[in-house]
Amino acid sequence: MATSPLRWFLPLGVLVALVLAWSLVVKINNLPPYVLPAPGEVLETLIEDRAVLFASMLVTLQTTVIALLFAVAGGGALALIFASARIVEFSLFPIAVILQVTPVIAVAPLMLIYLSTDAAVLVCAWIVAFFPVLSNTTLGLNSVDPNLRDLFRLSGASRGQTLVQLKLPTALPYFLGGLRIAGGLALIGAVVGEIAAGSAGQGSGLAFRIVESAYRLNIPRLFAALILISLTGIFIYAALSLLSWLALRRWHESELGGRT
Amino acid sequence: MNAPAPDLDSRQSVAGTAPGTALLRLSGVGKRFANAVTALEGLDMDVRQGEFVSLLGPSGCGKSTALRLIAGLTEPSEGRLDWHEEETVRRVAEPRSIGFVFQEPTLMPWASVFGNVHLPLKLAGTSRREAEPAIAEALELVGLAGFRDAYPRELSGGMKMRVSIARALVTKPRLLLMDEPFAALDEITRFKLNNDLLEVWRRLGCTIVFVTHSVFESVYLSSRILVFRARPGRVSSELVIDPNQPRDEAFRTSPEYAGLCRETSLALARAMDAH
Repeated sequence: MATSPLRWFLPLGVLVALVLAWSLVVKINNLPPYVLPAPGEVLETLIEDRAVLFASMLVTLQTTVIALLFAVAGGGALALIFASARIVEFSLFPIAVILQVTPVIAVAPLMLIYLSTDAAVLVCAWIVAFFPVLSNTTLGLNSVDPNLRDLFRLSGASRGQTLVQLKLPTALPYFLGGLRIAGGLALIGAVVGEIAAGSAGQGSGLAFRIVESAYRLNIPRLFAALILISLTGIFIYAALSLLSWLALRRWHESELGGRT
Repeated sequence: MNAPAPDLDSRQSVAGTAPGTALLRLSGVGKRFANAVTALEGLDMDVRQGEFVSLLGPSGCGKSTALRLIAGLTEPSEGRLDWHEEETVRRVAEPRSIGFVFQEPTLMPWASVFGNVHLPLKLAGTSRREAEPAIAEALELVGLAGFRDAYPRELSGGMKMRVSIARALVTKPRLLLMDEPFAALDEITRFKLNNDLLEVWRRLGCTIVFVTHSVFESVYLSSRILVFRARPGRVSSELVIDPNQPRDEAFRTSPEYAGLCRETSLALARAMDAH
């Protein structure tokens, strides 16, 4: 199944069918481009406006990646502190939950007041990406096999050895799972931040282009920007999946693809 | 609460039959857990140099707790645990002279067979290169020389347990503690591993404390069986089996073996009726 060509052809076929249906709907109803542009027109806009759109895509991608790196550093480090001192976990975890459950869209305008546009967008992306990394890594660090822990104790392992050789490898699959969620969320956070910034007339990312295009009723460009956001998300997901596969392919069930 | 006098009514005299001097002695050992469960009370037993002693009993009789006490993984609530003088001196010098085999293979899934067996030496600061001969020897001993680069998930249950045993043997421990290591395996694999374990024991001359709930396994393997009773856990009786008796398929089907199993079963039944 994993290597069957059907796995590629079927989803591609569905995608092509959807685009064809979209094209037909536009043609049959004779819709004007400011209501719904045809796929071809969107593609043309994508090529024509490539300079401005790709520059925006790089801005959004950069924001997302930096936010993700900060989320990994912050979430990972805090998880390590949580795992070594339960009292810190009890004290700080509720704060992390508050940060997570407060919708970032509601926080974004506030960020824009206190921070520069770029920093505000980055913070929005970081807030949402931080929690999955933190909670998954904490879960992983607390999932150590008690027998293996005993074995390390019997072998006279130091705290450092136990951390590096037992806790971190145990937590790795959990961390990578959290990272994949965080990747998607970081992009959403960046888009939310950009939209909030865009409604204030500032910004340069893809979501800002969407807001700008909507104001100018440049719907084909709006669609083009939307497609690029999707592509950015797909790229991030694929990159993180690859990372996960590279790290776990030898031993973890999740990356073995049913091999027996 | 005072520990009652040890209940050793049916203990047989073993003077002169011991293969060696006492390596360690537990006297009046009790263990209560935080949840007020008393796992052991008034446990008296010793482990002798070079013997293969089985702790046999129903589940919940504290035999695994006794093993963890010997390993130093948990402390007794009362009583004392004395190591032989020489042993005490050596244990200070090399704390890794105990090998422990758990009921599950307890392998690190992210490490190869080689990496798993390397672990105790690695934690002691021995590099891969330096440890190589010892690892190769341990794998050879359990018959897994050709599997050093395999990952645990690629191995069968019996092979995983062999890796676990190789890991326990790689430090050349004087004392090997085994907590129902073959309980989860099928009978054919278990018989095979029983024979291999005896071979390892003979070749290394180490002392083995083996926890099991199988009468047949304990009779087949041991030079001495301590039958445990439950609530509270302690030794109820002791059986000695001639250590010079060859242990092979002929023994497994012999009337002597059947007789010893019957005797052991009766001792176990008495232990279970004791309260």
